[in-house]
Amino acid sequence: MSYAVVKGAGYVLVHTPDMIFHNGTTQTTERYSNPESEYLKKLPEHFRSYEEVVSYPPNQTYIGTIKPEDLRKYDMPWYDKKVEGADRYGKLGEIMPQEEFLGLMKIVDVFDLVKLEKDFTKEVKTKLGNHPLMTEELVAKLKEGDEIAAIEKAIKEQHAEALYHHNKLVGCVKRAHEIDPNLNAHIIHENLIAKASGVLSFLHLIDKNKLDVKDVDYVIECSEEACGDMNQRGGGNFAKAIAEMVGAVNATGSDTRGFCAAPVHALIQASALVQSGTFENVVVVAGGAVAKLGMNGKDHVKKDMPVLEDVLGGFAVLISKNDGVSPVLRTDLVGRHKVGTGSSPQAVITALITEPLDKGGLKITDINKYSVEMQNPDVTKPAGAGDVPEANYKMIAALGVKRNELERTEVAAFAEKHGMPGWAPTQGHIPSGVPYLGHALEAFKTGEIQRAMIVGKGSLFLARMTNQFDGISIVLENNSGQGAKEASVSEEEVRTMIAEAMRNFASHLSK
Amino acid sequence: MSLFDGKKVIIIGDRDGIPGPAIEECLKTTGAEVVFSATECFV
Repeated sequence: MSYAVVKGAGYVLVHTPDMIFHNGTTQTTERYSNPESEYLKKLPEHFRSYEEVVSYPPNQTYIGTIKPEDLRKYDMPWYDKKVEGADRYGKLGEIMPQEEFLGLMKIVDVFDLVKLEKDFTKEVKTKLGNHPLMTEELVAKLKEGDEIAAIEKAIKEQHAEALYHHNKLVGCVKRAHEIDPNLNAHIIHENLIAKASGVLSFLHLIDKNKLDVKDVDYVIECSEEACGDMNQRGGGNFAKAIAEMVGAVNATGSDTRGFCAAPVHALIQASALVQSGTFENVVVVAGGAVAKLGMNGKDHVKKDMPVLEDVLGGFAVLISKNDGVSPVLRTDLVGRHKVGTGSSPQAVITALITEPLDKGGLKITDINKYSVEMQNPDVTKPAGAGDVPEANYKMIAALGVKRNELERTEVAAFAEKHGMPGWAPTQGHIPSGVPYLGHALEAFKTGEIQRAMIVGKGSLFLARMTNQFDGISIVLENNSGQGAKEASVSEEEVRTMIAEAMRNFASHLSK
Repeated sequence: MSLFDGKKVIIIGDRDGIPGPAIEECLKTTGAEVVFSATECFV
């Protein structure tokens, strides 16, 4: 059977400054435990403007305008650097402003739970009307809006979640049940955000790759949210909800979960579904996590820098039947952190990196680019979490030295040659291996790379069901017709097989 | 007598660095008593 290919990708960021304050868990926890906190008072002074977010070099990398390697041309810290002439739209997607996104939340809400104020609705309708991917049919779902009094009443009396823009109340998300905590306003708000940012990513995937959405057979959603009710907390299904919204009428789908590792799990599942011939076109999609906004905000404020976790992330990737051109997903070169792997860094890197390489007779240096946890170090370093991609590259290089595939003196240069600086927002599943897929498509096309490895890791222990964490990886390779030979049996082989069977038959007769 | 003999140890491991169980394993050969061990995700 022929390998599946990565055919296209779409990436979005959404600037949501008011949600940092009202919905990020670092802030909601602080408000609960220390309502008069100095941090909460200072926080709004550290918010960036939309223009600052658009011109921020890592964000331009995420939407495909800057190559990951070119981020190195900007000295760190990056938050005081600008990409001159930066645009909200990039080769791979866009950076959407908050007011348009609040409108999009209303558009994707099929239960009339999102209420937007009348004047705000009018303003958003005009803006989304000018958006290149928003059809008239979608914009019409904004309707006329509600009176502010009705919105205030829903917040005060019915536990609705308030929606703010520039610190002004502009709407709310109502609860979907009076008693069920799984359908309360907080959860519905979180889930609609994941759905809306997933939809936007999918729309960009369609647009950037001239995809006929009717050709999509299956959708795998791999965010970190759970939708369901009191009888099935994570019953699902974001995938079909997103597919419906983008007009994928011939698709169904399901949700895959695994904390931050879920996108790579989903990628492998999608490859297997396509390679086996079950489906021809599978989309892997995920929206953003509102809870993670401002996660490291305390350290950013303490260091007098902007709060950089001010964007939601989203992505969508199309996995298709082998077209003979796009890079193939080597499902035979998959690494995984098994239950019995252990947790030492050496054991983890062996399981995720060298075990799949050994299966293909490859050396560590045979992979041109490793896409690991591509968290933006501008965000993590000031918070004391270090440079995550850099730490991963050091561990891979160290194992390379141990395997005599790399000289000790080459360790320092390994990250530069086989790695990339991190550019993805700390949205959990969003930075996990997948941000590179869009850039990789271009790098394969230009012949810059022959192989890449996509690695995802997940903190399963956070759910308190196990002490285990998780990891999974897959090799992406230039399409040279590999795997096609095994898929067919030549005439010569058929003749040999028949001859062998006849010989066996004859030997039985002569007994 | 090692540095850890008779000591009670609290371990906070890092998923992308050295996770809790790996640190715990290293302390097994010492006289330390691990009273709490967890791995955290800092990203």
